[in-house]
Amino acid sequence: MNLQQAKFEYLLRLGDSSLIIGHRLSEWCGHGPILEEDIALINIALDFVGNATSLLGYAAQVEGKGRTEDDLAYLRGEREYRNLLITEQPNGDYAATIVRQFLYDTYTFFLYEELKSSKDETIAAIAVKSHKEITYHLRHTTQWMLRLGDGTAESHQRLQTALNELWMFTSELFDMDEVDRLLINEGIAADLDKVKAAWEKRVNEVITEATLLLPVTNIKQKGSREGKHSEHLGFLLAEMQYIPRSFPGSKW
Amino acid sequence: MDDTKQLEQFEAKIAAGLKIEPKDWMPEAYRKQLIRMMSQHAHSEIVGMLPEGNWITRAPSLRRKAILLAKVQDEAGHGLYLYSATETLGVNRSELLEQLHSGKAKYSSIFNYPTLTWADIGAIGWLVDGAAIMNQTALARGSYGPYSRAMVRICKEESFHNRQGYEIMMNLAQGTPEQKEMAQDAFNRWWWPSIMMLGPSDDKSPNSDQLMRWKVKMESNDAIRQRFIDRTVPQAEFIGLKVPDKDLKFNEVTGHYEHGPINWEEFFDVIKGNGPCNAKRIKDRSEADKKGAWVREAATAYAAKQAKEKVIA
Ligand SMILES: [Fe+2]
Ligand SMILES: [Fe+2]
Ligand SMILES: [Fe+2]
Repeated sequence: MNLQQAKFEYLLRLGDSSLIIGHRLSEWCGHGPILEEDIALINIALDFVGNATSLLGYAAQVEGKGRTEDDLAYLRGEREYRNLLITEQPNGDYAATIVRQFLYDTYTFFLYEELKSSKDETIAAIAVKSHKEITYHLRHTTQWMLRLGDGTAESHQRLQTALNELWMFTSELFDMDEVDRLLINEGIAADLDKVKAAWEKRVNEVITEATLLLPVTNIKQKGSREGKHSEHLGFLLAEMQYIPRSFPGSKW
Repeated sequence: MDDTKQLEQFEAKIAAGLKIEPKDWMPEAYRKQLIRMMSQHAHSEIVGMLPEGNWITRAPSLRRKAILLAKVQDEAGHGLYLYSATETLGVNRSELLEQLHSGKAKYSSIFNYPTLTWADIGAIGWLVDGAAIMNQTALARGSYGPYSRAMVRICKEESFHNRQGYEIMMNLAQGTPEQKEMAQDAFNRWWWPSIMMLGPSDDKSPNSDQLMRWKVKMESNDAIRQRFIDRTVPQAEFIGLKVPDKDLKFNEVTGHYEHGPINWEEFFDVIKGNGPCNAKRIKDRSEADKKGAWVREAATAYAAKQAKEKVIA
């Protein structure tokens, strides 16, 4: 694997995760628990789509085969997608959405903090812009973790259940392979061990403040880096990609 | 001061072009009419999120997806803003929402039609937001301060909605034969409902002089409709779409387009609740509300705990 291939792969991982979690959030549109939350979720989804557009656009450029960000988003299949498994998990109830988002936002908060000083200028610039947005997202989801965790008995129960169910997707966030190692050596990618330490500390603090219990499980779901996903992704992509795939070559 | 005197002052104020503010004296009929109009408007914004939200996950490019998300976010914001403006008249949002969910409150008839293809998203922005702009620029001159200011703010965003819709249609109309067909089909389905959404024609609508005098209603439905048609027909022609009205003709003398007969029976039927999507829209809204109840309760409970802690500390 050369540097260019590693960079392309790395950008797909970042960009796909943003695109897929943004897609999930956008499914709430018009169905949120309160109008203010509808607005917040759409706003966050919009940030993710913007971020995915930048990352996939850059990925296409790095690849140098004349593909565009739309080609990458709309014309790759399930096995070519590199988003983290947690991002494709269904919305569930509002507790599940909030937990998924909180765990992921905390991750990207520390990840993009590192990427701000990436030696790749484009990645650094995208990270600077995104980190501002993520700071707002994380504040929002953290508040909801506290409200639901320390709200009513029902909300507490729902949040704890969601946390327990999603926990098995968290270890994958910090897996590193050849791609990471190659790019870390070049000062381009983030060292996920570092991100992990910060993530664990913050997640623990919030879980405690939200009066929740840290889940105990040895189950570790992984596979996104090789394009091995949960069954949910296929349906998501079928919906997302159906127009460009039905009308090949058309402009929209 | 007796009521006659107050009414005189109220009307004089309006005649002088001044705004009525929430704490000012106002006739009960004025308050009631405004609550009805403003809440219907607020409901329309949030029910309108459904047919468009429908296509966010299927938007055919990242750019279109982002634009549609931004548009629907605006609509949600309009809803919020209008509910707040309505609250200045002494009702609260939850009462208003309950009226929506029970089917007692109305919202724009147009959102009871389904969005069947991607071209419908173009047609809605172009036609529905286009018609809304016509109506809302008139309402921006209305006498009730909070409503009029809401309209000014909202109209600024509506022109972006209108443009993005027209751009989608133009792109399709100039695209492949299949895309062109999709655009024409959407135009055929949305043209008449858009014309109708501006309300019954003047001979069918009991518009009292009083509402005009009080500047609650600024212009007749037919006048607004005429402006919409005059503006939209050339836009359709420009992108090569055919207006689905065989009687449509331009009157050289008046300088206006004359349209064929409007199917008011359909309009009143949809208003009554018998449109293709009335039941689904209400069901979606009330289910979201029911499913969100525990979330709102938790937020309230948490806020109460926090407030208590503050007092103790
Ligand atoms: Fe944002
Ligand atoms: Fe609006
Ligand atoms: Fe609009």
